[in-house]
Amino acid sequence: MNDNPDTRGTPVGRRVMLGVIALGAAGVAAGPTLSKSLDSVLSGLSKQDPTGLTGLLPDAGGFRYYSVTGPVKPVAAADYRLTVDGLVDRPAGYGLADLQALPQHRIVHDVQCVTGWRVPATPFEGVRLADLLDAAGVRPGATAVHFSCFDGSYTESLTLDQARRDDVLVALKMQDQPVSHDHGGPVRLYVAPMYFYKSAKWLSGITVTPTVQRGYWEQNGYDVDAWVGRSNGRDDAPTG
Amino acid sequence: MRPPVDGTRLARFTRAERWVHRCTAGLVLLCVATAACLYLPQLAVLVGRRRLVTTVHEWAGLLLPVPLLLGLGSRALRRDLGRLNRFAPYDREWLRAVLWRGYHRPAGKFNAGQKLYAGWIAGAVVVMLGSGLLMWFTGLAPLAWRTGATFVHDWLALAVGVVVLGHLWMAMRDPEARRGMRTGSVDRRWAAREHPHWQPAEGAEPTGEEPADDVEPTGEQPTGDAEPTAAEPTGGQPVEGDGPAGDGQPSRSRSSR
Repeated sequence: MNDNPDTRGTPVGRRVMLGVIALGAAGVAAGPTLSKSLDSVLSGLSKQDPTGLTGLLPDAGGFRYYSVTGPVKPVAAADYRLTVDGLVDRPAGYGLADLQALPQHRIVHDVQCVTGWRVPATPFEGVRLADLLDAAGVRPGATAVHFSCFDGSYTESLTLDQARRDDVLVALKMQDQPVSHDHGGPVRLYVAPMYFYKSAKWLSGITVTPTVQRGYWEQNGYDVDAWVGRSNGRDDAPTG
Repeated sequence: MRPPVDGTRLARFTRAERWVHRCTAGLVLLCVATAACLYLPQLAVLVGRRRLVTTVHEWAGLLLPVPLLLGLGSRALRRDLGRLNRFAPYDREWLRAVLWRGYHRPAGKFNAGQKLYAGWIAGAVVVMLGSGLLMWFTGLAPLAWRTGATFVHDWLALAVGVVVLGHLWMAMRDPEARRGMRTGSVDRRWAAREHPHWQPAEGAEPTGEEPADDVEPTGEQPTGDAEPTAAEPTGGQPVEGDGPAGDGQPSRSRSSR
């Protein structure tokens, strides 16, 4: 009896390894079904979990925080500024109070991320982007809108037709609370019928442009017209 | 630097093996750290830079198997992989002892726990790599596969995190085992106590490399699977003579675990 590998003994190591690989493959095949049922169990659990630990598990539901730059410095409500410029007759700047004074609209849709997570029935409330565009007076020759953000890096875009939809908001509230910093507050874009990367966080500038300028993720391969269920190779149920 | 080998030290890992371990460990830590930054909301808020972190994570993951694959050029490493693969009767005894909190835990160069860990983590790395590639190259497979791959990648990541923490915990509690991986050599008494069935090859101590005419330890001999382990003549009993224990009875396993 010795320890030499060539004197046989059961190849348990190899069996364990192949077993794990087989389980993994089975998991990929059964994943779509499994993750749906786990999703409902876990989101139920996390609602009753005072520690919030279940929120750290995969598929526990809820929003995930994505930022494309380093830590984003919060902007106080009093210091917030949104500019509207480009191909417009009346460039404008809005403080938070100015935006709050405009007609507010509340819409409730699912939020769908292009990476797969979905948050059901999330209320957003704010000013219609169409109202801001009308107030500025879009000039002939303009076909698109470009968005910039005070994180310094993120950008987004919409065509004018998309931007004028009723379910595209400059959102001041999310889940009936003022939009928090982590969710892109004090003011973020909300494009209900599209994947959530179109809903730029920390919105600071709206520029009307002659053509579509692709946004941050769109320069990295994501679709510009990001309709939920009809783009990015995905077939999620529409949110719009 | 050669591992110091003299009357009290015993060569355990060659330089190639130690570098494979070091590089793999570094890449695993990089994977885990970047995964945490992508996944844990608190860390994501702190670090941000999603594209950069994603890119580092993808490449660290892709490179993860490379050190081991390069290391396959080392005969000593291949031989140790063979040892990790094969279970001897004393490995079952070791597992039973762990299960029932027994004191007698016989082991070869690697104990049964280390063998199971090696097999499990090797399989897990393959699954993480496969599911990761499906998520990375979105055109590779239909959407349902990608959903499944995300599901497996997320949950297995959690399991890998726990198991790797266990690995670190075991190492933390055994300074001599760490010294073996750091310097290449271990104390003979430690080896006799922890790995009584380990038989370092005679005359090959300084580097741990085996003579060239050694049998390839690939574990792929056609009869390997069918070999009845019960036929091993002296199951669980220490061999006389050339065991590592020059200064004690090899059968006396440590009782303090």
